[in-house]
Amino acid sequence: MRIDDLKFTKEHEWVSIDGDILTVGISDYAQKELGDVVYVELPPLGDTFAKGDTCSSIESVKAVSDIYTPVSGEIVDVNSNLEDNPELINQSPYEDGWVFKIKIEDEGELDDMMDADLYDEYLQGILEE
Amino acid sequence: MKTLPELIFNLSKEGKVGYSYSAGEFSDDLIAIDSEKIREDTADFPQLSEVEIVRHFTNLSHLNHSVDSGFYPLGSCTMKYNPKINEKIAGFEEFSTHPYSPHHLVQGNLEIIETLEEWLIKLTGMAAFTLAPAAGAHGEFVGMQVIRKYLSSKGDHRKIVLIPDSAHGTNPASAHFAGYGIKEIPSNEEGIIDGGTLKEHLNEDVAALIMTNPNTLGIFEKNIGEIADLLHKNGSLLYMDGANMNAFLGIVKPGDLGVDVIHLNLHKTFSTPHGGGGPGAGPVGVSEPLKEFLPVPIVVKDGGQYKVRYFDEKGIGRVKNFYGNFLVLVRALVYLMALGKENVRKVAEDAVLNANYIRQGLRNDLDLPYQSKILHEVVFSDKNLNVKTLDIAKRLLDFGMHPFTVYFPLIVHGAMMIEPTETESKETLDAFIAVMKRILEEAAETPEVLENAPHYTPVSRLDEVFAARQLHVKWEKGGNN
Repeated sequence: MRIDDLKFTKEHEWVSIDGDILTVGISDYAQKELGDVVYVELPPLGDTFAKGDTCSSIESVKAVSDIYTPVSGEIVDVNSNLEDNPELINQSPYEDGWVFKIKIEDEGELDDMMDADLYDEYLQGILEE
Repeated sequence: MKTLPELIFNLSKEGKVGYSYSAGEFSDDLIAIDSEKIREDTADFPQLSEVEIVRHFTNLSHLNHSVDSGFYPLGSCTMKYNPKINEKIAGFEEFSTHPYSPHHLVQGNLEIIETLEEWLIKLTGMAAFTLAPAAGAHGEFVGMQVIRKYLSSKGDHRKIVLIPDSAHGTNPASAHFAGYGIKEIPSNEEGIIDGGTLKEHLNEDVAALIMTNPNTLGIFEKNIGEIADLLHKNGSLLYMDGANMNAFLGIVKPGDLGVDVIHLNLHKTFSTPHGGGGPGAGPVGVSEPLKEFLPVPIVVKDGGQYKVRYFDEKGIGRVKNFYGNFLVLVRALVYLMALGKENVRKVAEDAVLNANYIRQGLRNDLDLPYQSKILHEVVFSDKNLNVKTLDIAKRLLDFGMHPFTVYFPLIVHGAMMIEPTETESKETLDAFIAVMKRILEEAAETPEVLENAPHYTPVSRLDEVFAARQLHVKWEKGGNN
């Protein structure tokens, strides 16, 4: 997976689009900020969420952070490897550390996501704050 | 330097005893247990003499850090000194009554409950209190249930609770357990919620906003009056998390600010034991319209007699066995009565003064993410430092001080949340500031000293990641411990 093919949200999630299925994880910046991940609460398979809902959480030694659903839809797959190996989020945020897959209901909801370059600019803005 | 004692199992020597029974004390005919249920081997307890056992546990107890042994500025926890008179009076045998005692035999106990309710009503400006909840988060849950019951009694079944991004983590958890969905609302650049932001999130599905005031940045939510108005016009309620009531005591009455429900933490503001020191209490106060939805039992004064009401048609029912943690209530009332109503205000004044003294003492050494004036606690960030907040916290242990709260609130990068409370003298605050300055010098010159800290504690830096991922807390004989 090439990072250039991913899109990013302001909440530091990445998504990759394959037909009407969106794979979701957290960005490299997000995993570094969180520190060592010790537990991932996966969303329930088959549940539906509205865009912006909290659907799962990631616990690091520092804090517990929510993962927001980047689009509305049904959870069609979860990365159950994370249950025993939460460190995959730190080791491989863009590949083995993916969190869940969701079926897109409204493609329009993808419009306000950033590509890798824009996300980089967004991060620069945060760091300079 | 204190050392970690050997595990008691490893001190055991076959045949040592720390007790003696007189012959026949446990004769067979006294033991009315089925013979098949009596074990054949002896239990595998450690074998030591009495003095060895006493020393083992005494030495273990010396490893504790408590507010009786040193500075304890754990932000948002209000680790104030617990006056010993609280313990003395709570230990009176007159209070050791059976919870099923008939009311005419425990009039004094019931009077204590009613008197403490009256104190809390006066201090908060609320209409009524329940003292039953056993902790802060329990109080939140009870408060949310009261809101739910009140709204549904009017046929209103709202689904959402709004919570600021600086909130204690228990707020969304409690609202969720009470059946609500959560919407987070952002703080503005002053570190508080403003009416404009609230309006964007208000709709007919919003049951309540849970606001902590002063908030977890130690900042007064000055828009609370406007926020209460906006909520009420929308048919929503204002819940105030009273964890930081220490800043308001005797000065601000939340009831006057439009608060509908509040919980207090007796183990914070009212000096009852905290953390591992004993059970807590999280009384919930409500405004007049919500009064009849409070849980039972309710102590009522009827002429010269105290009675207890166990059933309320509209109320949410029972939330705790008997009367809550009664002896915690005794301690809180002793604290208030020993202070006297004319001195309660001084608690808040000194708590605010102490926090501002630390803010002023360290503001040139550490980044202050919010410039707003603060009340009872101050939050710095680890911005511009070449070590992390955790390293500074660990190094503080080497100086015999309990670290501040770390990495909370979540909206501050590398948060250091410091709450000295009114307990501490200027000398202690100066000592803390001096230690912090020294640690920050070390951070600049010899950061490795911090990265490997603590150095003078019974155990050095623990591998928290390994401990969290490979949880293993049970000793097993012959096992890999």
